This record gives sequence, structure tokens and C-alpha cells, in this order.
Amino acid sequence: MAMDEIVDGLSEVSCDVLVIGGGTAGPMAALKAKMKNPKANVVLLEKANVKRSGAISMGMDGLNNAVIPGYATPEQYTKEITIANDGIVDQKAVYKYAQSCYGIIEELDSFGIRFLKNENGDYAVKKVHHIGTYVLPMPNGETVKKALYRQLRRARILISNRYMATRLLKSSDGRIAGAVSVNTRTAEMLVIKAKAVILCMGAAGRLGLPTSGYMFGTYENAANSGDGYAMAYHAGAALANLECFQINPLIKDYNGPACAYVAGPFGAYTANNEDRRFIECDYWSGQMMLEFYNELLSGKGPVFLQLKHLHDKTIEEIEHTLHKVERPTRGLFQEGRGVDYRKESIEMHISEIGFCSGHSASGVFVDDNARTTVPGLYAAGDMASVPHNYMLGAFTNGSFAGLDAMEFADNHDFGAIDAGEIALERERVMAPTKREDGIPPNQIEYKTRRLVNDYLQPPKVTRKYELGMRRLAEVREDMQERMIARNAHELLRALEVQSIMDCADMAAHASLFREESRWGLYHWRTDFPEKDNENWFCHTLLSKQDGRMTSEKRAVQPYVVPIADDEKDLYDKQRIRASA
Amino acid sequence: MPLATYQTSVPVVVDDAKCIADKGCTVCVDVCPLDVLRISDMTGKAFMAYDECWYCMPCEADCPTGAVTVNIPYLLR
Repeated sequence: MAMDEIVDGLSEVSCDVLVIGGGTAGPMAALKAKMKNPKANVVLLEKANVKRSGAISMGMDGLNNAVIPGYATPEQYTKEITIANDGIVDQKAVYKYAQSCYGIIEELDSFGIRFLKNENGDYAVKKVHHIGTYVLPMPNGETVKKALYRQLRRARILISNRYMATRLLKSSDGRIAGAVSVNTRTAEMLVIKAKAVILCMGAAGRLGLPTSGYMFGTYENAANSGDGYAMAYHAGAALANLECFQINPLIKDYNGPACAYVAGPFGAYTANNEDRRFIECDYWSGQMMLEFYNELLSGKGPVFLQLKHLHDKTIEEIEHTLHKVERPTRGLFQEGRGVDYRKESIEMHISEIGFCSGHSASGVFVDDNARTTVPGLYAAGDMASVPHNYMLGAFTNGSFAGLDAMEFADNHDFGAIDAGEIALERERVMAPTKREDGIPPNQIEYKTRRLVNDYLQPPKVTRKYELGMRRLAEVREDMQERMIARNAHELLRALEVQSIMDCADMAAHASLFREESRWGLYHWRTDFPEKDNENWFCHTLLSKQDGRMTSEKRAVQPYVVPIADDEKDLYDKQRIRASA
Repeated sequence: MPLATYQTSVPVVVDDAKCIADKGCTVCVDVCPLDVLRISDMTGKAFMAYDECWYCMPCEADCPTGAVTVNIPYLLR
């Protein structure tokens, strides 16, 4: 039988802990769960192939948030992340991360993943953030996925590649019971019963449309279509601060990082068309992005990453990292355009919008044990709400999730699954394959994402949002009634666009709920241009209640690390003062 | 509604002379995060079946014979 030909079939398996998503957090969660109880069955389900899936498909060029003794303290890091997020942080989870991440670095080191060390053999940590020093380069970061894969094989984790999870299953008591998935090459469905489930499904990175117009030229790995956000939503889990969008400064058109974290510590900086600096700090925050956006539109754009003033040897070192690790086609792109960093600055632009707590704070709500609001359901990595957690946060929070989920599985039996629910989901998943005639998924996706750009990207205007939601509802109807998939690969895309549509709706709903402006560009509402601490110094939680999208406030939990009044606005002072 | 096919110049190029997919190799097809590569029924060689590329490179980096080249997709080149 030819690949992609549709097979209508359904089978069922069971395991103790099911980890969905084999990128960064997922492998670590699976490993930790298995180490906690080696007799238990741990299944790692992946839409692509664990060998090369996720945001770090080709590795990572550095740790952006390493709290290493001698360079930074957990208290300092917690304070920095709290301020960078305008105070809307549950510090307990950030503090726990900060205390534990050094142990994870040492563990990664023992896996054979190498970090930059100085001549004394100490980690060579660099300063990029406003206050502290947390950036640790990984000149050999291309080895990350291979090293993780070796560990998974050694621990005998059961890996199922090319299965896309579509919905979570719960038992009647509200506890997690498993997930429904579909093979992306045959369309055969697989129901996986599990005592605990960990979602590590990455960012919602295919939400906005890149300015190049190429649908898969996204900042995030384009496989990260927000499936985890959609699945958590439909399972009734709460999602936090979705209005705090991810928007990043990137190489224009290429749409990958330049990357100020790599080049900044060597002396590179962000400049305008007069070759002048205009921001104090290159750390990606909403306030920094607002200054970036303003500069682009001010007549002083384009904005550039400036390297040409650096020594040839230094540029060579930066090139080595940029062109070998994380997004190695950066070199090919610059070569094609004839850009030599010695002579010319790198033209920058801002990315499409997305959800990603890896860089912002928009994620499925989790506590400091990576627990969501659904018993037995966990989330970690870019899709879970611990803010600015990056790759090391995915590993560390993934580790918390794995340990706690196995404990949950050890203390619970399988939840009962309603066969009717599975039948309904099968019908929903396969619907595009049953139609003779209709609209292909790529057109539904293009239109959805074009509407996201037209109506939802900041500045957020209430009237535009209302129109955008109406247009999106029309496309949703087409998607539900008329979308066709003629083979299993198209069915994969048809399922992804349903996640994208759910994320677009959640982005709109969450943004309209918070009636203030906060986090710089991420949530800039022109109808409510001021920060309103009196009414909105809180998280927002979005969830599905009685079948309807609902938002509510959640109080910021008492701080573990107090922030002095004169420290609170450090990240608001991003713009370099004139004639400084 | 009738459907039309849409022409695109694809970013991933496979050198048929070097590709050993006809001998059973499926490495590039296996590793692609977007699952856009296939083995041709006609030639037995790997090719890009879907223009949905993140220009990320595992197909090129992991190919045992150096047959795969990833180019930047034309729209953003």
C-alpha cells in the first residue's frame, strides 16, 4: 500500500504514563518518569520523529536562563523574571525551576551535551538580561537531540513516532484517562489509555502568518501548530495569560533568531538606520518588543543587529555558532543575499504572533509540579505557563512533570473511558476524508492565519477584534462543514488547522478580556492604553465551561522573593534616552 | 468545487545518483519534522512531495550519502 493512503482503523493500547510530544520537555519527562518507576510502562508519542522533532530539531545555540552558582542566585533570577513579566508571575514555579536547573545542566552534561567553559573549566556564563547573568553558550549544541535519543533508548521508553494526538479522554470523575491519536501516514486511529498524561507539545507557532507569506516559514518549528493548547482546552484545563502573545525580533524574511543572545555578549547590539542603539537591553521582553516596533515604524527603521564593528575573529566565532547550531540555514540565507557580517548589518523584523511561554507567558496553567487543573494531566515546555522558561525550563519542568506524573500513576488505576466519546472523536477526525468535494486544508489555514495577522496582531483594537472574530467564525464553519483531506498527510494538516483555529479564538477571547495594556507590545490595547494595576494585577485563566469559552481572573500568588517598589519598572525603561 | 494543482519550486533537492532510497534507506523521510519527503514509486529515490518546509536541515545533515540539499524556500530567499 502506498504511503499516505487512508486506512480506516482503530486500535487500543494502554500504559502507565503517556507523554505527548518528543521535543525537549517530553523526552526528559519520559526519562524521569521511567527512572522513578522502572517497572512502569512509559509511552512517548510524537507527531514527527523523536530523533529530530521539536524546537531544538537541529540543536540549540545556548541556554538563555541558566542559574549557575557563582554567577546568579535563584532569588535574583526569580526577581528578574517577575519584573520582566510586569509582576504577573506565580513565583513558586519560577523559583523551583531556578533552584533545580543547575542540577539539570549537570545531568545534560553527563548525557554528553556540551556547554561553553572558560580556561579554568568553569561554565562561561554571559550577561544579556537587565539585571543578572544567565546566558550559557552551547557551541556544540547540535548534539542535543542525539544525546537525548540515546538516553531514551537506554531507558527503554516506548516511542511511537508519526502519531498525532487529537483529543484527551477523561473518566466520569474528571480524571485524565488517556488520549486519542491518529497515524499521520495511514490515518489509522490509536486510543491510548493512561493513568497520567503529560503534554509537551510545544508552542502555538503556526498562528500568525510570516510576512514572507510562506506558511511554514514560522519562527517556531512549523510542526508546533498549537495542538497541545487546543487539546488542553477541550479537556477543560485552564490556560493562563494567553493574551501575553509571543512576538520576537528575528532576521527579516528568514524569520529565525539573529541572535542577540549569541552575538550580544560579544559586543553586537540592536541599532536603527542611523547605526544607533535605541534599546538598553536585548533580552526579549514585551517592553523591548514595543520599542523595537516603534523604531520600525518611526522612520528610523529598519532595525539591524550590528556586528560589523567587531573584530574579525569575534565575528568568525559568532558565525560558527549561528551557522552551525539551532538554525544552520542562517548561513545559507545570508550567503544567498550576499550579506557579510563584517561589512553589513543584519536586517531584523518582528515575528508573527504565537503562544509560547518559553519566551512570553502564554501557556496551559501549571503549578510548581507541572500539574494542570485536570487531575492526572501535566504540561511542560513551551506550552506550559511557567514564563520565559526556554529550553532549560522545558528540561527542568519536564523533569518535575515526569516525577509527579509517575507518582500519580502509581496511586491511581485507569480511569473509565466512554466508548461513545471515542466514536464521536473518530467521526470528527475522519470527517474531512469522507467528503467528495470541498476546500483543502492549506486554504483554510492560509485564510485563518491571514485573518489573525489582519485583526489580532498588536496593537489590539476592540473593533478590529470583533470583526476578526466574525470572520474567523465564518472560516470555522467552512472548516467544519467543507474541509477535505484526500490522503493521510492532508488529514494531518486538516487536524492541525483545527488546532490553529482554536488558538486564534483563544487569542481573541483572552485579549478582549484583559481591559488594560501590559507586557509592552504583547498586550497593547489601544482602547485601554494604560497599565491598570488596581483592576488587572492578576493572571487570566481561560477555559471551556459548559461548552463555552470563558475567562476569569486569578490572583497573583504571594511572592517568595519580594520586589522593591523602585525595582518594579526596571524593564519599562528600555529606551535609551536621547543624546545620552 | 473543482481543485487545481499549484506549481511551486521546492526547497529540498535530492541528487538521484547519490540517493540510496532504492536500497532501502529512508533516513531523510524518517527525520523530517514536517513529514514532507517521500520515496518515489517511479524512481525509487527520495523527493520533496509537499512544499511545507521549515528549512531546518535534518534531512541534509542525517543523509548517509550527502544526497540531500536544503535550499531556502524561494518566497523568503
